[in-house]
This record gives sequence, C-alpha cells and structure tokens, in this order.
Amino acid sequence: MKTIYILWLRQLKRYFRSKSRIFGSLAQPLLFLLALGFGFGPVFQKAGEGNYLQFLVPGIIGMSIIFTSIFSGMEIIWDRQFGFLKETLVAPVPRFNIMIGRTFGGATVATMQGILVLILSLFLGFRPVSFMLILPAILMMFLSALLFTALGTAIASKLEDMQGFQMIINFLVMPLFFLSGAIFPLSGSGALAIVARFDPLSYSIDSLRVLLSNINNFGFGIDILVLSAVTLIFLGLGSYFFSKVQI
Amino acid sequence: MSIISVKNLTKKFGNKENAVLAVDDISFEVEKGEIFAFLGPNGAGKSTTIKMLTTILSVTSGTLVLDGNDVKKNPNEVRHSFGIVFQDPSLDDELTAYENMEFHGVLYGVPKKVRRERIEQLMQFVELWDRKDSLVKEFSGGMKRRLEIARGLLHHPKILFLDEPTLGLDPQTRNHMWDYLRELNKTEGITVFFTTHYMEEAEKIAGRIAIIDHGKIIMSGTSEELKKNTETKTLEEAFLKLTGKDIRKDEAGTIDRMRMGRRMWTRK
Ligand SMILES: Nc1ncnc2c1ncn2[C@@H]1O[C@H](COP(=O)(O)OP(=O)(O)O)[C@@H](O)[C@H]1O
Ligand SMILES: [Mg+2]
Repeated sequence: MKTIYILWLRQLKRYFRSKSRIFGSLAQPLLFLLALGFGFGPVFQKAGEGNYLQFLVPGIIGMSIIFTSIFSGMEIIWDRQFGFLKETLVAPVPRFNIMIGRTFGGATVATMQGILVLILSLFLGFRPVSFMLILPAILMMFLSALLFTALGTAIASKLEDMQGFQMIINFLVMPLFFLSGAIFPLSGSGALAIVARFDPLSYSIDSLRVLLSNINNFGFGIDILVLSAVTLIFLGLGSYFFSKVQI
Repeated sequence: MSIISVKNLTKKFGNKENAVLAVDDISFEVEKGEIFAFLGPNGAGKSTTIKMLTTILSVTSGTLVLDGNDVKKNPNEVRHSFGIVFQDPSLDDELTAYENMEFHGVLYGVPKKVRRERIEQLMQFVELWDRKDSLVKEFSGGMKRRLEIARGLLHHPKILFLDEPTLGLDPQTRNHMWDYLRELNKTEGITVFFTTHYMEEAEKIAGRIAIIDHGKIIMSGTSEELKKNTETKTLEEAFLKLTGKDIRKDEAGTIDRMRMGRRMWTRK
C-alpha cells in the first residue's frame, strides 16, 4: 500500500512541479473551446441542436483527459530513457503494485486537468445542469482517466524508445478523439455513429454530457458498464506488459 | 554455501544475422560475505551479467541462483535479496535529492525511523545534506553519482551490486565509500559484487577477482593467485597479459547517448 502511495505521489509531484506542463496543456482545450464554441455555436443553434457550448464542454474535457492520460501512461518511456525506470524495476515490490501506483497517479493528474478545463469553461459561459452532479462527473473523469492511463502504460511498456510516441498521438489519440463525438453529435451521423461505438472515449464523453449538460446518447448505465469493463481490461493488459518490461 | 551461483550463463542481443554475444557461457560462484570483483575492459559483458542477475534483463540460456532463488523462476523473491548501484544514471531528476532517497527507502520497506536517520547520515556522508532539497536536475554529474551511492546504501540487502560505482568520483569520496562498504561487509555480512576499471581498487578491496573479456571469464581467484598464474608482478600486468593491450572503444557510451537524448527531449 505504501509503495503504491509513493509511486502515486511521485506522479503528482512531477505534475505540480512543471507549471509549464499544466498551463501548456490548457492551451489546446481553450483554443478548441473558443474557436469551435464561438465559431460553430450559431450554426449549431440554427440546426436546432441547442446551445453548442453546453454540448462541447464535456467533449473538450474528454479530450483533455485522453491526452493527459495517455501522456502520463507513456511517461514510462521517459523514465526508461533517463534511467529511473531501472530503480523501480529492481525494487522488492510486485510490478503490479508499481504499475497500479503509476497509473493511479497519472489518472489523478489527468482528472485534475479535466477539472481545470471545467473551471475554465465556466468563465466562457458554460453552465452545468446541477452543481450536485459535479462530483459524480469528476468520478467519471477519473474512471476515464484510469482507462486511458492504463492504455498508455500498456503501449509504452511495448515501445523501446521515443520514436513511437508521435505515432501513437497521430494514429491513436487523434482518431479516438475525432471519432468520439466530442465536437459533433453522433445521432444522425450514420456510419460515424457506428464507429464511435467502438471508441471508449465516446462513452466517457457521453457520461459527462449526461451529468453536466443533460444530453444523452448511449445511456448512463451503458457508459459506466463499458468504461468499467474496458478499464479492467486495459489495467490487466497494462500490468501484464509492464511485468515483462526489460531494460 | 554460495549466495550467488551462475551456471553456463549466456546472453545474445539482437536477431540471428547481427547477434551480439555479450555474455558467453560463463559460470562462477560467490560465497556469502565475500567481496567479489568483476574486472574487464569496456564491452566485456560485466553490466550485462549484472542486469541478468538483478532480473531486469532476460537470460538467453543458463541458470542463475541468488540466495537460493532461481532468477528466471522467482524474480520477485530474488528482488528481496539485493540492492544495486547502476552504472548508468537512475535518479529522478524532477525530484529533490531527499525525495529520491525517501522514495527508495519506502520502496525497500525501510522503517520510517531508520529511514530518516540513515538518509541524514548517508547524505552527510556524501556531503549532499545541505543540498537535500535541491532538484536532482540541478546537480553535477559527480553529485548525482554520490547521491546514487548513498541511495544504494540506504537499505541493507544480503547482496549489494555495484556497477563501476567509483567512476567519476574523486579519490576522497572513493576511499570513503570503500571504507563504509568494508565496514558493512564486516558488521552485517553483506556480500559485495562490484565491477571496476581501477586495478588498485580491485586489489585492495576484493577477496576474489574474475577477469572477464569478450563475454568470457578468462581467469578468477585472489589477486595473489592471478599474479602467480600469469607470472606477473602487479594485477595490472596480469590484467593486460590476459586481455591484451588494444584499446576497446566504449560502444555507443550509454551515458553520452542519454545526455544527447536529454537535450533532444527536454520536456516543456
Ligand atoms: N541492449 C543492448 N543491445 C545490444 N547490445 C548490447 C546491449 N547492451 C549491451 N550490449 C553489448 O553487449 C556487450 C557487453 O556490454 P556490457 O555488458 O555493457 O559491457 P561492460 O559493462 O563490461 O562494459 C557490448 O558489446 C555491448 O555493445
Ligand atoms: Mg558496464
């Protein structure tokens, strides 16, 4: 337990120490909120879909979470490059605990990033349906963050060096984001709606929309079910691959 | 009974066409409480052997037993019996010196009270106590090395591996460190397994020495035995006689590569 805690703490310390990382990773969501929110808002309204910002904010929170989570999970590559990974790999602690500590730390960081985006959006005019539902929304953010951090860990355990990183962002994270219905409604988008069903981020964003904006696509129960199941699978996969890591 | 037992250990890197035979069928034993040195030119296979012994590198073939546990079958048990100071950097640059020590102490289950005391004592010992709250990234290479040594001594394992521990240390710190280790070896019976390039270090500290080159152990024994068998007067002469005089290039020196990597990937 103590070992899981110290690994969790390490991720948090690293996060809080790099202010540029905190603010740097807020730039992208802010840009999306401003450009899309105010650019598409009127069109969206005319199409009879309601207030676009109410629709968009959960999507952008989801975006911020997937990017931060995958990045946190993939920090293993940095640790390998700079040598610190060895220190954890020889410790008399089951690798499973190490992976869990790291992953929960990364997920906590990503959740905080999601909360920051939520706060930011309040200034832009976003209004959650009920302040009572913010806490459950944060829990859903954490579940999604856990899912994607575990995925990042699983991938990074298999990568030898930094080269693969950009590829993962371009060929995995970007598609997951754009196909998730983060920035447009899935209802009535035909084939895309089918593809989105295979994207876990769709369920993350849907659950946040239910709680924050009272908009629902799959249904909240399905969201929780899918997210929990996929998280367990990725945690299993991540800890298996991590247990096989070599220097 | 020997605490480290290595039989027909082999390690191949890469695939068939361009395979590198880093460790070539070596066997040796280290007795409990012994101080044992691996002496060999760059690229001899010293670090590779240590990495396999410490469970972070897979074994191509052979058997390794540490404190009664098979390294391949029970890596988790094996990790309870040793501590290691790596040749390459292994600190977290984004944490302070103290946090790096604390992290290690918790991972190795050193009780809080002992941990606090020992961290202070060891950091005083390597003269970093007044810098304990500085981030490691602000440290010079030598300071980092000293911190790694202090960290390696924080818990008292049955076996301590030290891979070129004194490289880049000034002679004062070096002597200091060996005195400390010999004391630990005497009082707690800790087995010490180290590698070095410094002949006088091996001669002075190690009970037994194995000379390794091109992945093979060429000769092993006490420094007296080595000198006698090679009919030389000093360990250095014995070493040169056994390994030849040509200079080995340190293949893609890991540390340089990492320093370069760091420059390219400095995080924002
Ligand atoms: N990860 C690796 N991939 C390929 N070759 C390696 C790797 N690590 C070490 N080697 C090679 O194995 C040999 C032994 O290296 P090493 O054990 O580091 O030597 P030493 O520690 O004795 O200087 C060298 O030829 C080195 O280039
Ligand atoms: Mg070496």
